[in-house]
Amino acid sequence: MSTEQVIQLDKVNKWYDDFHVLKDIDLIVEKGQKIVICGPSGSGKSTMIRCINRLEAHQNGTIIVHGTELTNDLKNIDIIRKNVGMVFQQFNLFPHLSVIDNISLAPIWVKKMPKGEAEEVAMAYLEKVKIPEQAQKFPGQLSGGQQQRVAIARSLAMNPDIMLFDEPTSALDPEMIKEVLDVMIQLAEEGMTMLVVTHEMGFAKTVADQMIFMDEGRIVEQAKPEDFFNNPKSDRTKLFLSQILNH
Amino acid sequence: MTSLGIQNISRNKYYNWIIKNLFSSWTNSLITIVALIFLYEIGSFFLNWAVFSADFRVNFNGEAIVDRTYCSKNIMPGEYGACWAIIYARWNQFMYGLYPIEEAWRVNFVYALLPLAIIGILFDKIPFRKYFIYFTFIFPFIAYFMLYGGPGLSVVGTNKWGGLLVTLFLGVTGIGLAFPLSIILALGRRSKMPIIKSLCVVFIEFIRGVPLITLLFTANVMLPLFLPDGVNPDNLLRALVAVTLFQSAYMAEAIRGGLQAIPKGQIEAAQSLGLNYWQTTRKIILPQALKIAIPPIVNTCIGLFKDTSLVLIIGLFDLLGIGRAALADMTWTKLYYEVYVFISLVFFLFCFGMSRYSLYLEKKLKTDNS
Ligand SMILES: Nc1ncnc2c1ncn2[C@@H]1O[C@H](COP(=O)(O)OP(=O)(O)OP(=O)(O)O)[C@@H](O)[C@H]1O
Ligand SMILES: [Mg+2]
Repeated sequence: MSTEQVIQLDKVNKWYDDFHVLKDIDLIVEKGQKIVICGPSGSGKSTMIRCINRLEAHQNGTIIVHGTELTNDLKNIDIIRKNVGMVFQQFNLFPHLSVIDNISLAPIWVKKMPKGEAEEVAMAYLEKVKIPEQAQKFPGQLSGGQQQRVAIARSLAMNPDIMLFDEPTSALDPEMIKEVLDVMIQLAEEGMTMLVVTHEMGFAKTVADQMIFMDEGRIVEQAKPEDFFNNPKSDRTKLFLSQILNH
Repeated sequence: MTSLGIQNISRNKYYNWIIKNLFSSWTNSLITIVALIFLYEIGSFFLNWAVFSADFRVNFNGEAIVDRTYCSKNIMPGEYGACWAIIYARWNQFMYGLYPIEEAWRVNFVYALLPLAIIGILFDKIPFRKYFIYFTFIFPFIAYFMLYGGPGLSVVGTNKWGGLLVTLFLGVTGIGLAFPLSIILALGRRSKMPIIKSLCVVFIEFIRGVPLITLLFTANVMLPLFLPDGVNPDNLLRALVAVTLFQSAYMAEAIRGGLQAIPKGQIEAAQSLGLNYWQTTRKIILPQALKIAIPPIVNTCIGLFKDTSLVLIIGLFDLLGIGRAALADMTWTKLYYEVYVFISLVFFLFCFGMSRYSLYLEKKLKTDNS
């Protein structure tokens, strides 16, 4: 099986003023891999995945996505953002646009797709996340779970190769978590490359190829899920897992 | 039966409201009664002066009022109220200034089109809104041609313009030009590029730190110095420049408030979808920010509309300037109350309209967001 490396982080460092958030992060993601990232609050999980589509800039080391290196070059940033989708904890839907306009906006403006075609694409992805009947509503009229599924559809409509998820279910009521995770599991089965920050360990066991545990700005442990959950090497991982699994 | 029942209920509703709000306690009742007496006294005094014992076009003898000596109150001092004949006599000047009266239809034509030009911006649910918006953009050219003249129409220099025409011209054009400028200023003030940012900050803070009168004087005296020889913009244009700059600084601050209310996640979501700065600004940030900023924007517009009356100090005859000119005329002198009450009323109508519109929007925004 040939493996293609789609994301490469090499000795990535980042500071907020003099606060060292990311310390020598090395990470390789292969095409189709699903990587689940966990770790205590403030450990730098969000910061790390936000560096991958340049919502945050790193100061040191290299980040290469699909062979394009992230630098201050706006052209490279554009190329990478077109190939990398992101789903946020707070959904971040555009409240002044209807659901279908939320989804078709980027295809129309970034891909220059004709409006009619973009709306067809939007409807297709709404079917995929199982809420086509909500197309004409506004985000404020939807439940949290529905909003997050629209947000996923909105990202997918740009046809990205890589999807980043930053705690996609943390802002949801328990009864809505499953509908969002189901969509993500389906996406994983279709072969999408995914980086997911989450504390949903059931989900992690189902889909993850690799688990990453971060603490204080470092990747402390990276392993296959069966090793990660059954015999974690570091004490910090053990402690974290015992806290989160007994919860 | 039922309709009677409903009537009773609604009558009870008013009754209850009155009891609850106006007569809930002994002191409350007292305040209500004193306030009512006060309002009645003022109201009846004013109505008596302005309407019941006032002259309109003829005096109590039935003679046409051709100058101030014919006013009833000047014939029988203390017996009569306002003498509105001065407003009739000067009506054309109040409306058009010294615009040639045989050409005044052109001004009327523009006055009549003005509501059509702004209705599309003010209301978003009217039929054919798209066409109204198109018209908004064509209107300035029509208005310029009609008012100033050109092929087929005689030229009427702006030195002939006056009264409501000047007031509306400065108010509407000033606001219209300031709007795009203020968006640029507000965006610039939040720019990450230090030079652009500091230029905008300095401009906004300078303008806000200076009274409009100073700006008007400055524009009047300094503008010709900045322009090449031979280009000599007329007074009205100079005032327009000052008014536009002034308004744009205040509007920019109102818009900045709206921009600040947009969560960072909106920008991040747009960026992660690949939208560039201008697309993000146009499609995501401005539509939301402007909506929030409309009430404060309208407030600045009300302020500006009233402030246009300051142009009389650089020799322009706006509504107030025309009023003062009328009072300086020996045939009508000393009818201060009539002139100032009339001018106040005109300003009040426009400003009250804007204020109601702002309230309407606030209510609408609340229901839209729920
Ligand atoms: N814009 C910022 N400026 C300064 N410090 C920041 C900024 N954003 C994040 N931080 C700090 O960087 C550290 C890592 O933040 P990050 O959001 O990546 O953590 P996280 O692992 O995602 O935590 P959580 O589970 O709470 O989301 C935190 O200590 C946070 O306070
Ligand atoms: Mg986080």
